[in-house]
Amino acid sequence: MKPRDILLNLGVAAIGLIVLFPLAWMVSVSLMSSGEAANFPPPLIPSAPTLEHYRELFVERGMGRYVFNSFALATLATGLALLFTVPAGYAFAKLRFAGRDRLFQLLVAALVVPAQIGTLPLFLMLKSVGLVNTYAGALVPWLASIFGLFLVRQYALSIPDEMLEAARVDGASEGQIFRRIVLPTLTPILVTLALFVFLGSWNDFLWPLIILTDQSNYTLPVALAALSREHVQDIEMMMAGAVITVAPVLVLFLALQRFYIRGMLAGSVKG
Amino acid sequence: MTSRERAAWGFIAPALIALAVFFVVPVVSSLLLSLTDFDIYALADLSNLRWIGLENYSRLLGNPLFWQAMKNTVLFAVFGVPLSIAASLGAALLLNARTVKWRPMWRVIFFAPFVTTLVATAVLWNYLLNTRYGVINWALTSIGLPAVDWLGDPSTSIPAILLFVVWKSFGYNMLIFLAVLQTVPDELHEAARIDGAGPFARFRHVTLPAIAPTVLLVSIISVAAFFQLFAEPYVMTQGGPAQSTVTVLYFMYEEGFKWWNLGSASAVAFVLFVCIFVVTMLQLAVSRRLGGEHT
Repeated sequence: MKPRDILLNLGVAAIGLIVLFPLAWMVSVSLMSSGEAANFPPPLIPSAPTLEHYRELFVERGMGRYVFNSFALATLATGLALLFTVPAGYAFAKLRFAGRDRLFQLLVAALVVPAQIGTLPLFLMLKSVGLVNTYAGALVPWLASIFGLFLVRQYALSIPDEMLEAARVDGASEGQIFRRIVLPTLTPILVTLALFVFLGSWNDFLWPLIILTDQSNYTLPVALAALSREHVQDIEMMMAGAVITVAPVLVLFLALQRFYIRGMLAGSVKG
Repeated sequence: MTSRERAAWGFIAPALIALAVFFVVPVVSSLLLSLTDFDIYALADLSNLRWIGLENYSRLLGNPLFWQAMKNTVLFAVFGVPLSIAASLGAALLLNARTVKWRPMWRVIFFAPFVTTLVATAVLWNYLLNTRYGVINWALTSIGLPAVDWLGDPSTSIPAILLFVVWKSFGYNMLIFLAVLQTVPDELHEAARIDGAGPFARFRHVTLPAIAPTVLLVSIISVAAFFQLFAEPYVMTQGGPAQSTVTVLYFMYEEGFKWWNLGSASAVAFVLFVCIFVVTMLQLAVSRRLGGEHT
């Protein structure tokens, strides 16, 4: 190896260290006994690893409930988003109807409007129909996203028209074509979209913070934020909470990273 | 209407209805709400609601905390965008070198913080940045630098949060830069090398022209992202110290859901929207001009 190459590899490894250190530290501290992390110099490895903080979180602080809420909401959000977005994305790509292109341009233009703008009226709307502090209220923003629609449409454009025409000649209805031909071809982008929505819902903070007012309905991020205001001194327990919150999404991402990265680049570079 | 058209409308109707009810209506109502004095009394009884025209806006312009939030948000963007672009681009250039080992692995590792839960990693960084026991101050003092009261001093609170934001999100833009860098043909670099260009000259004359449009677009998209900073100050500083990390969205949240001044909070939302809109229009204008130059 030339000196320049060694330098390049060292540079990459240094960034890797900066990226990974906080996550490793989080896991390590979560296994320390109470008060151990509040020392100087900060210890990096637990002297006697313990799971007591995980136990305390689940037994005394109702962590199981928050994990359940997060899982249930992210799963429901994913299912609903696919149900609403996928047929529409396909229709915008492959079915001709009056005003299609104009409508699609309008939707793309609406992408510049951040959803947070509507937060307050949406809260009032849901309050007036009694959906504050319910799963339904928390799920509403995930029903349909313009970005998801766009993602599915871009991918569906690559389905050959001849394939759909052949099925029509054979007498298949539009619904049958969608189920038997379109859905199987769209599988990779469905995985991508599902992953985006699941992670998005799991990590979301502002909306669940507003709409889920009762502690028993909190998702992990909301519960963690509330817990950190009360228990700033309990570094070890807070880190255990952070591990519980981060680990599922990190594992999911690592398992499906190909789908995630491909979808992300399709949405940003080409779009 | 043909049967295919009917089917098409059947396919798009659910999504369009959901978007109309849960996106378009709230956004438009936000504008209307900002023209009312909707507050906690109106929340209890709608007959207390009055139209007050632009009064919310004029009151906002006279509110020092609103200006502080605007100033903080602009500071976040002005320092954060170049910092995060530099980090993303630097990492992308390193990873684009063929002699770097395990490139696919590093790519995933660098990106990983982006998918982590913001609240959880914000709590984590709170401890890393801790004045007394924090790892960052330990690193500083061990190389002879003074410890910094990162989140306790109004002059370092924004840089401290920016450290966290860059750590968490540089991988996203890095991937975009990497994708563009891979479109630069190796022959171009080779030709420049044969002409005697050093690494810096090659970067300036071969790499930079190829990625310039992307750098510009990414930076303007990042500005919009920095305008929507909320969870970071909420978790790490609660807007403090001395309101030095109150962002526009944080200000909106407090105005709306802490004080229940929903009319005034909607005015904040609308101002935020106008800011993002202006930035986005700027982006479109610039990219159109660049696109025009290239063709």
